[in-house]
Amino acid sequence: MNNTGLILVRAVLLVPAVAAAILALIPAYKLTARLNILASLATLVAALLLLYKRPAPGLFLIVDDVNIIFIVLSTFVGFTTSVFSASYIAHELEIGRLTPVSLRFYHAMYQGLMAAMNLALVANNVGLMWVAVEMATLTTVLMVGIYQTHEALEAAWKYFILGSVGIGLALFGTIIVYMAASSVVGEGLEAMAWTTLVKEAPHFDSDLLNLAFVFLLLGYGTKAGLVPLHAWLPDAHAEGPTPISAVLSGLLLNVALFTLLRFKIVMAGNPQALAPGPLMVALGLVSLVFAAFMLYRRKDIKRLFAYSSIEHMGIITFAFGMAGPLANFAALLHMTMHSLTKSAIFFAVGHVAQAKGTQRLSDIRGLTETHPVLGWGLLVGVMAIAGLPPLGIFMSEFLVVSSTVTRQPLLALILVAGLLVGFGGLLRQIIGICFGPPQGSAAPLRVSYIPMFAHLGLVALAGIYIPRPVVAWFQHVARLLG
Amino acid sequence: MTGLEFDVAHVLAGGLVLVSFMLLYQDRMYPLISVFALQAVVLSLSVAWQAFVQNAPHLFITASIALGFKAIVIPVALHRIVHRLGIHRMVEPVVGLGPTMLFGIGLVALSIGVMLPVTAQANSLAREDLAFSLAVILLGLLMMVSRHNAVSQVIGFMSLENGLILAASGAKGMPLVVEISVAFSILIAFIVIGIFLFRIRERFDTVDLQALQRFRGGQR
Repeated sequence: MNNTGLILVRAVLLVPAVAAAILALIPAYKLTARLNILASLATLVAALLLLYKRPAPGLFLIVDDVNIIFIVLSTFVGFTTSVFSASYIAHELEIGRLTPVSLRFYHAMYQGLMAAMNLALVANNVGLMWVAVEMATLTTVLMVGIYQTHEALEAAWKYFILGSVGIGLALFGTIIVYMAASSVVGEGLEAMAWTTLVKEAPHFDSDLLNLAFVFLLLGYGTKAGLVPLHAWLPDAHAEGPTPISAVLSGLLLNVALFTLLRFKIVMAGNPQALAPGPLMVALGLVSLVFAAFMLYRRKDIKRLFAYSSIEHMGIITFAFGMAGPLANFAALLHMTMHSLTKSAIFFAVGHVAQAKGTQRLSDIRGLTETHPVLGWGLLVGVMAIAGLPPLGIFMSEFLVVSSTVTRQPLLALILVAGLLVGFGGLLRQIIGICFGPPQGSAAPLRVSYIPMFAHLGLVALAGIYIPRPVVAWFQHVARLLG
Repeated sequence: MTGLEFDVAHVLAGGLVLVSFMLLYQDRMYPLISVFALQAVVLSLSVAWQAFVQNAPHLFITASIALGFKAIVIPVALHRIVHRLGIHRMVEPVVGLGPTMLFGIGLVALSIGVMLPVTAQANSLAREDLAFSLAVILLGLLMMVSRHNAVSQVIGFMSLENGLILAASGAKGMPLVVEISVAFSILIAFIVIGIFLFRIRERFDTVDLQALQRFRGGQR
């Protein structure tokens, strides 16, 4: 019984890792694009099977209620993005922005990133989790700089510097957690296993835990793009290839938040420890309001949606900070919805930028006339991300607001103001993009729209109906989060 | 733990903080790289001492990585890069050296002031190790923000990382220290040496980040 589960977990990690090695060796780029899809599909299948057969938690790997949905979400978006990526890079090769050599590198890094993210999700050992996040940073830095333009190199450099400092601080926090644990459970691997940490949390030295959490919040918060540690995020999104923007926003930010959640559960288990709530609420609100105002003056379409990602990470962090079953439920739902919607938007944006040959907002006008499918798809995506009913994000945002109003009316006021400002910013920009006087090339694109509509379909469905088991799962995890 | 073991560990960790200060006031590239190599040597001694005291042979691997990779390979590679780019005079601190040093002293005081009261229950070696390593980390951060030059930023990052390795080796019996130091080495090797500096050199003929800034396009 358990053996099957163990094999599945290993498959989730090893399939992308082996695929990365193979893809680095094959020069034929059409073949590698297909292999990339195939490997992502295999990982997704293994992740889906994990829903039915879980391995017993070990010292290194664990599949539990907290991470299972993130594994499925992550491998699903990884798969759809690989489909999008295949049609995206075909165009990039045509116009010569990417060469077959850099493409080999790109595919290897893509699978490497998937392996690192899956490892971060299934790691039961907090040290291993850190190594995985570090590897994910490494692969994304390399991919952000892949175009080798001045801007791309600057973005990659900024990301490298800020990301490394972030993971450095996170490691320091991890070491302090180990010290707090080792004096209770003894030295060795046990003191780094998350399951042990949660079980023994009430006996830990609360001062050490508080200190550790501050470093972890700053460290992994940098990776999650929380203001004021966000400076790398817009650049990295704007200058890298669009499939990477999609996985950065849709997955990597989630993984960073997820690691924080693991530690928040430990904190919640210790009654003397500082409540992580106020810190997260403050960081979340600042991110939300700051990013909402930044939406107005953007001139670059990918930068626009990068700021929107910061805004949503702010909302999620805020909701987790408020805590309580309802707010946690809303935050988990919002993480899922944002991940699906934002990657769908980046799929659309990638093709828009290719169709128009530019990322400048002022040159992208009247999209619904020149490219109807793309234009309406993007419009639906932006309506979803802005929080219009009946789409999925409306529901999660509504839950966040309603759970805040009853407990902290003043904070709810700031939250709603931030949401409205952000809504206005996106609305202003999208009207120009979709309905302005048509500008730029109207040449039809031969690309696959399936990934985009698959995501949007799921988001629309979630706004109306979420299957009962999923709701039950969300509620269960929300209670665990305290 | 006997008095001697404690004292040696203490001296080595303190030495690391001292070398961090030496890094702060270098205004030429070559001495900066040499001082960094010195720091790596002190780190490897410190880690090796911990391996000996804690009877943890795997820490010797970390110590030899620090010695071989960070004290020899990286400095030699940086030396060659600096020589080929002809940037040995460019360090370009953003703030003057005096204020930087004062600020550094403040950071060390801060880390001791934060760490010692909080870790009152841990054993004395671990808590002082932690205070020293936080000081090294903060000084590394200070170096990264106070320099424009890409090579000195990388050195700042590596000295930050030295502080982390010090903390990890000081936490008694911590698993995965070797893996963590390897992961860090890969990060540094891959990005800094292999790809970035060479590409940046190809493109800009300088590794000064201010020159990079000038190329920034209008599309913010």
